[in-house]
Amino acid sequence: MLEWLDTRIRAFGTPVVDALIKLGFGFRFFVSVLWHSLATLRRPRLVVREIYFSGVLSLIIILVSGLFVGMVLALQGYDTLQRFGASEALGVLVSLSLLRELGPVVAGLLFASRAGSAITAEIGLMKATEQLAAMEMMAVNPVARVMAPRFWGGVISMPVLAALFSAMGIFGGYLVGVVLIGVDAGSFWAQMQAQVDLRYDIGNGLIKSAVFGVAVAIIAVFEGFDAPPTAEGVSGATTRTVVTSSLVILGLDFILTAFMFRGI
Amino acid sequence: MNRRAYDFWVGVFVVLGLAALAFLALRVSNVSSGNGRATYRVTAAFDNIGGLKAKAPIRSAGVLVGRVAGIRLDPETYRAVVSLDIEQGYHFSRDSSAEILTSGILGDQYIGLTPGGEETMLKNGDRITLTSSALVLEKLISQFMFSKASENPTEAKPAP
Repeated sequence: MLEWLDTRIRAFGTPVVDALIKLGFGFRFFVSVLWHSLATLRRPRLVVREIYFSGVLSLIIILVSGLFVGMVLALQGYDTLQRFGASEALGVLVSLSLLRELGPVVAGLLFASRAGSAITAEIGLMKATEQLAAMEMMAVNPVARVMAPRFWGGVISMPVLAALFSAMGIFGGYLVGVVLIGVDAGSFWAQMQAQVDLRYDIGNGLIKSAVFGVAVAIIAVFEGFDAPPTAEGVSGATTRTVVTSSLVILGLDFILTAFMFRGI
Repeated sequence: MNRRAYDFWVGVFVVLGLAALAFLALRVSNVSSGNGRATYRVTAAFDNIGGLKAKAPIRSAGVLVGRVAGIRLDPETYRAVVSLDIEQGYHFSRDSSAEILTSGILGDQYIGLTPGGEETMLKNGDRITLTSSALVLEKLISQFMFSKASENPTEAKPAP
């Protein structure tokens, strides 16, 4: 009986302990990346290169998705609003949905899938081919040379991508609402301008996307750094990056929304 | 790809981002709130504020003249005391009246200011005395039903 209980407790306890160890290691790694960031920011060329890989190469998917999300929002929103005779409020609905929620969250999820997975795969492969070990042999700190630039590239790119996603979505909403359906253009923009607050809605949306950027970038870099140096290990780490980042984005979104928009 | 190409594309990326931000700031949002425009604060007490919230607009003749700064319950009179931030450029006489109105059928509630005829103007710290509360639909319906019931009591026919 006791033996059976012992086995059960171990089966339950080991994954929990392993997860806590990984969390602690992840936090230590995060502090180490921040610590080595100063050295990295003195060499902006490295960060610019990573902004290119994380930000510029994610542009197409972000812009196209933003456009379609805005268009669908306008179609669905119009269908509901016109029942109440409030189709002029379409602009407000599209812009607030995008700026407060969909812009940061969907852009964050796309960024995790497009750029986060690429960062993990790249670092994992560098580890598998012993490039990181070779750097250490040459007295080059891989955290300062490889991890920190990728981290900052992601952190800087994410708010820009979220802003572009929202702007493109609002343009998509305009195309469907005003050009296709025929909502009055004046009321579309005027109601939007009356209801959307620069600091509250746009500012908080940008803060959200910056927090998501930090989360996705550190998870991507850490999973790459922690990946077992095999083909299977790298593929598993890439998958973990996407899954963990997505869950963290959704969880953080709930917490940030509760802080930012409660009581409005 | 050489360094100049990276720099070029990241430059394009930054310009696009700034353009998106400018579009959001200038075309999508109202830059007016929290823009540091000077205001003076007056208070007004209401029996019922309905769904009025902080930051709700204050309008006079439909024009935005300020925003609601805060709402609290007076512990002695049990009336809602609303603090109003009115922009310095707009002056209202001391006997102006404040009422809580609703914009459109789905709109939010706001405060409508109607200027009075006195020559002395409201200044920082003053209180607007003439107020009318928000329209509460439930009260209106119950009043209507009571008045209907009391209107024609003779019509009630005796049972055969």
